[in-house]
Amino acid sequence: MAVLNQLFIGASMGAVLLLIALGLTFTFGQMGVINMAHGEFLLVGAYTAYLLQNVVLALPVAFAVAGALGLVLERLLIRRFYGRPLDTLLLTFGVSLILQQLARDIFGAPNVGVTAPAWLTGGIGGFPYSRIFILVLALACVAAISLYLTRMKQGRRMRAVMQNRQLAAVSGVATERVDQLTFLIGSGLAGVAGVALTLIGPVGPSLGTYYIVDAFLIVVAGGLGQLRGAVIAAFVLGVLNSFVEFWTDASLAKVVVFAVIVAFLQLRPQGLFVLRSRALT
Amino acid sequence: MTLVVEGLDVAYGRAQVLFGVDLQAPGGELTCVMGRNGVGKSTLLKAIMGVLPARAGTITFEGAEIGHLKTHERVRLGLGYVPQGHETFPQLTVAENLQVTLEAAPGGDRAALDEALDLFPALRGLLKRRAGFLSGGQQQQLAMARALVTRPRMLLLDEPTEGIQPSIIVEIEEAIARLHSEAGLAILLVEQYLDTALRLADRFVVLDAGEVVRAGPRAGLQDESLHALLSV
Ligand SMILES: Nc1ncnc2c1ncn2[C@@H]1O[C@H](COP(=O)(O)OP(=O)(O)OP(=O)(O)O)[C@@H](O)[C@H]1O
Ligand SMILES: [Mg+2]
Repeated sequence: MAVLNQLFIGASMGAVLLLIALGLTFTFGQMGVINMAHGEFLLVGAYTAYLLQNVVLALPVAFAVAGALGLVLERLLIRRFYGRPLDTLLLTFGVSLILQQLARDIFGAPNVGVTAPAWLTGGIGGFPYSRIFILVLALACVAAISLYLTRMKQGRRMRAVMQNRQLAAVSGVATERVDQLTFLIGSGLAGVAGVALTLIGPVGPSLGTYYIVDAFLIVVAGGLGQLRGAVIAAFVLGVLNSFVEFWTDASLAKVVVFAVIVAFLQLRPQGLFVLRSRALT
Repeated sequence: MTLVVEGLDVAYGRAQVLFGVDLQAPGGELTCVMGRNGVGKSTLLKAIMGVLPARAGTITFEGAEIGHLKTHERVRLGLGYVPQGHETFPQLTVAENLQVTLEAAPGGDRAALDEALDLFPALRGLLKRRAGFLSGGQQQQLAMARALVTRPRMLLLDEPTEGIQPSIIVEIEEAIARLHSEAGLAILLVEQYLDTALRLADRFVVLDAGEVVRAGPRAGLQDESLHALLSV
């Protein structure tokens, strides 16, 4: 029973990490942009849920708000630094700090909470409904993205640009438009993840910092831009973390998980799955 | 005149590769761009497509200056381009490779797709395969079909038979000849081999060290002094 319980906690932790990493598989995995402000798009989602006090309504709204913010960031700053990862990293780190401060100014430093709807309170057999909801949400997002990438022309285009940007351009694809859309979706997904985080506990201005590194590690370990890689990596990390935490304690669990990832990447630097991809030039 | 290039300078960073290149490709004709390895043939095509920026000079397509346009805009105007090295979207299926192009092109429709596949019937049996798993020759056929589904009015081909098994070379040359003679497509073909050029070309341009050193109608290809400019 304890094992099953730990497994469930791990899986729901994995689902949270997956939701956060999903957006990064777009912006980092597909476009190669290291957006340190991705964590703050979580904040946007979380505070949207806080303002609306309605988790379900907050999901699409947060997607739209965070997506729009991501698009603005791409248009104003990030696109000027394509192909210059270090500059992008520093720049978006700055943006991340500004957004955190903005959140502090507007909503105050202390954590805020969102009242979960009645139908999400309680649980079944020791598994809280809210966690089950997050699991379902994460899987629904994965399914939606997967359909988008394989069945819709915008998604196909996105994969084409990722696999061979220059060939996409000479095939008539407006690659800049694709980049904008990729950024919008990637950022919007972070907004959705932020809403989900409010179901786990109160949220504050430094929420993003807490998750950003894990999310990047998942994308790297899964193989850049690989959806199934990210799914597997997220759940393995979540479950691993949950069990190590059960046997030892939280901070040691973090260390062990990091060590496992580093060891894994030593063995397989390209991650779980590989795709020949060309960076933005 | 379908395509006119005048005084084109192109550089990679500080290394200038093309120096004042002039080129005229008339409608309905096949113009061969020739020259040894590294003289700048691919660079010329890339600059025409806007993949590389031109440092100076003008590019005029069907009377309109296109030098300031983005690559995909040039494609939509009617330029089709098949880069050197049979490039594809490796993880997409053959059908998806064609579909991406079809969906991006204003002139693309099912009929265009069918015509492209009629030219390379071997592709019909491979539609569900991932492009990355095809042979080089099959990939090249896909690359050409891909460029054709946009219904270009001019086709730019960069060494389409380089490094490809001989049986498929014949098919590709036949396809080029058909596009030229039956469809009356204007074609700019980069080709290193004189005998191929003699079979296909209406006119030719020879580059050496980034400059045009010879140009003219196909009769000029017989000139003995050309050998020195083409042999490796
Ligand atoms: N990305 C690049 N950066 C710097 N220099 C380059 C680059 N690509 C090509 N060059 C140089 O530009 C020159 C012309 O190259 P280009 O590819 O146009 O030659 P080419 O005539 O197509 O040769 P080939 O017949 O081998 O395809 C060469 O000297 C090459 O070394
Ligand atoms: Mg070349």
